[in-house]
Amino acid sequence: MAHGRVVKGVSFVGLRDVGDPVELATHYSDGGADELVLLDIAATPDDSSTMLEVVAMVADSITIPFTVGGGVRSVRDAAAIIEAGADRVSLNSAALATPSLITEIADRFGSQAVVVAIDAGDGVVHTHGGRRPTEVQTIPWAREAGERGAGEILLTSIRQDGQRTGFDLELTAAVRDVLTIPVIASGGAGSAQHVAEALRVTEAALIASIVHENPTGLPGLRREIESFGIALRPWKERA
Amino acid sequence: MTSVVVVDYGAGNTRSVRSALRRLSYESVLTSEPSAILDADIVVLPGVGSARSAMEHLTSTGAVTAIRERFSAQRAIVGICLGMQLALDRSEEDGGVAGLGLIPGEVRRLSGGRVPRLGWQLVTPVNEAFYFAHSYFADTPCATGFSEEVTAIVESDAFIGLQFHPEKSGDAGLRLLEQCLTRA
Repeated sequence: MAHGRVVKGVSFVGLRDVGDPVELATHYSDGGADELVLLDIAATPDDSSTMLEVVAMVADSITIPFTVGGGVRSVRDAAAIIEAGADRVSLNSAALATPSLITEIADRFGSQAVVVAIDAGDGVVHTHGGRRPTEVQTIPWAREAGERGAGEILLTSIRQDGQRTGFDLELTAAVRDVLTIPVIASGGAGSAQHVAEALRVTEAALIASIVHENPTGLPGLRREIESFGIALRPWKERA
Repeated sequence: MTSVVVVDYGAGNTRSVRSALRRLSYESVLTSEPSAILDADIVVLPGVGSARSAMEHLTSTGAVTAIRERFSAQRAIVGICLGMQLALDRSEEDGGVAGLGLIPGEVRRLSGGRVPRLGWQLVTPVNEAFYFAHSYFADTPCATGFSEEVTAIVESDAFIGLQFHPEKSGDAGLRLLEQCLTRA
C-alpha cells in the first residue's frame, strides 16, 4: 500500500495503483485467502492516521487474520495497529535499527503478533523498500529475529519480487533451516505451480501480483494449487 | 436482547471479536467492570496479550472475582485463545502465572513443530478448519475438541473455550461462534 491505496511494483519499483484496500481485502477474504498482509511501503508519520483508518475498516470487513506493516517504529505504533483490529504487526527497518523492539512488542502482545519482514538480496538485508543494502547478513539476522521473539519471518527476495518467475526456494529453505518459527516465502509468485513449490519448502507463501491482476481468480488458483498435491484448508466458495 | 460483555484486559485486538459478534447480530460492551460481568447474559474472554498482564489487569479491576462468581452460578462464559487458557488453574507462560481456576488443568508450552503454531487446522469432531495462533496449549481433562492432538475446544458447565480464533476463521468460525453463543 501507499497513501491509502493498494499498489504493486516490480522489484519494489514502478508502483501502479491496483485498487482500494478495503474492497480488495474483502474480495480476497471472501475468495479463499488464508490471511492477508497489508504493507504500507510509503509510510511517513503523516500517513499513520490514514493507515489506522484503513486497518479498522479492513478489520470490520473481513473474517480472516491480517498483518500490517510499514511505519511501525515503537510499541505504541504496534499497539495502535493491533487495537485498530490487526492480528500482527510486521517490522522491517525499525527492527534492524532497534532489535529490542521485537522483544518489547512480543512481551506485550505475544510472539504470534510479531512478524519480522526481511527484504533479502545478495545475502544481505535491504532497507528503504529494498533499495538500500545494509551490511547485515540475511541468515544471521533471521536467526536473531527469532531469538528476540519474532513469531514469523516474512522473507522477500528482492530479485524475485514482482517478476513472476517463481520464489527463491533456496533462500527460503536456507532461512527456514536456521529457525524454529514459521517462514512466509515472498516475491516471485507467477503461477499456482510456483506457490505449490514454495509450500513444499515452507509453511506459507505470499502472493500479490497474480491476484491483484485478477482478483476474481483466487478460488481457481486455490484449486490449481491443490491439483499439485498441496493440502490447503478445506474451503467452500459461497453459493 | 441478549447482552454480551467482552472482557477488556487492557491490551490487544478486541475489535475483531466485537465485529464478529456484530455480524451475528449481538451488540457487545467492552469492559472489565465486575457488575457488568456479573449481569451480562454472555461473557466473552477474548484472546489477546500475555497471561501475566491479562491476569494482573483482571485482578486489579475486580474482574477475577466476578468471573469466578459467574462460573459458580453456571452462567455462560466463552473463552477464546488466551481467554480459554486463563480459565485453567495455571500457566507456564511468563515464568508461571496462576489462572482463574475455573477448569482443572495447566497451560503448557507447545513442543514439536514450529512455534508459534500459526495457521488453519482441522478440528475434530467439528470437521472444519479454524485459524490458530498460539505458543501454549491447554492440558486439561475438559478437552472436547482437538487439532493434531492439541486441545482445540474445552467445555465445563457453562464455560466453553476455543483455542482457535472463530472471529478469524471465515464462515466456519462465525457458524461455530454462533453455536457457542446460542448454547450459552
